[in-house]
Amino acid sequence: MKQLVGRKIGMTRIFDGAGREISVTVVEVQPHVVIGHRTAEKNGYDAVIVGVEEDSKRRAPRQIAGQYPENVSPRKFIREIKLESTPEIGSTVDASVFSVGDRVKVVGTSKGRGFAGFVKRHHFKGGPNTHGSMSHRLPGSIGSSAYPSRVIKGVKGAGHQGNQSSTVKGLRVVEVDAERNLLVLSGCVPGWRNGLITISSDDRGKA
Amino acid sequence: MDLVDLVDRKHRREEERNENGEVTFAIPEFKTGDLVDVHVKIVEGDNERIQVFRGTVIQRHGGSSSNASFTVRKVTAGIGIERIFPLHSPRLAKIEVVRRGRVRRSRIFYLRDLRGKAARVTEKRDLRTAEQKAAAIETEQ
Repeated sequence: MKQLVGRKIGMTRIFDGAGREISVTVVEVQPHVVIGHRTAEKNGYDAVIVGVEEDSKRRAPRQIAGQYPENVSPRKFIREIKLESTPEIGSTVDASVFSVGDRVKVVGTSKGRGFAGFVKRHHFKGGPNTHGSMSHRLPGSIGSSAYPSRVIKGVKGAGHQGNQSSTVKGLRVVEVDAERNLLVLSGCVPGWRNGLITISSDDRGKA
Repeated sequence: MDLVDLVDRKHRREEERNENGEVTFAIPEFKTGDLVDVHVKIVEGDNERIQVFRGTVIQRHGGSSSNASFTVRKVTAGIGIERIFPLHSPRLAKIEVVRRGRVRRSRIFYLRDLRGKAARVTEKRDLRTAEQKAAAIETEQ
């Protein structure tokens, strides 16, 4: 398991060696500073605590300030990530954790759509627009009448859409540029530009 | 800093040269209305060959990005054929301008509605004398 935290920058199209076009997402992965470790003996699992993106404007909350190793300035985000190695506290981890060809999954927050109607949220067809129809974007029936006299739980309806965690699996690492802190992934990832995403190796099918 | 552009830039095709410094590939300057020969690498099993598609450029799209493409139209046996080529595709072996065309718009889709002699593009001719051309090149440099 390998994990990194990055920001979605945007998408473009590039050509692979065989001349095929691939849509790619450019992800900025700034160097992660190792702040601490979680160990199996103490915490029940292994993980590395890292801080991402220097935060010069704000002072760290006092509860967190003491957690930083010496000579490490406060970071905007503190996350636990899983890595195959255990880097020393104070050292940095960069995009080179991944190599070209790795299969990865990306977790991000999808674009928020607010309170969305049936048509947008569940791809309902809606009613006819003309011929005296008065049911344009209405849902129609949501159940039977006297029996059961209630709406069955889980009936698809209007409601809040998006702005929730979303995972995309099976992406490929197309390019790694640790110098410029860039990862280029095949396909698209959830969320807006500059949205924070977590990139993990997709170990499905591996023992 | 535009990081997408940074990635993009690496995938745009620029002038390519062989060991002797001879240009092996370059995207020529061409515009809508020009008659071009597009040399396309075609892979058939293990073989690779080059096919030439000759036609009129009816649109250029995408400016300077790596996404840029151009559309070439030709009429074969009375049937119009259009192909869209990604400008930076590594499958393009060569783009050759055969004839410059004089057109007044950047997208000449009206060609699709025209048949026969009407569907021609007038040639853009350089009417300058040899001396004038030399002078123009000199001032450019």
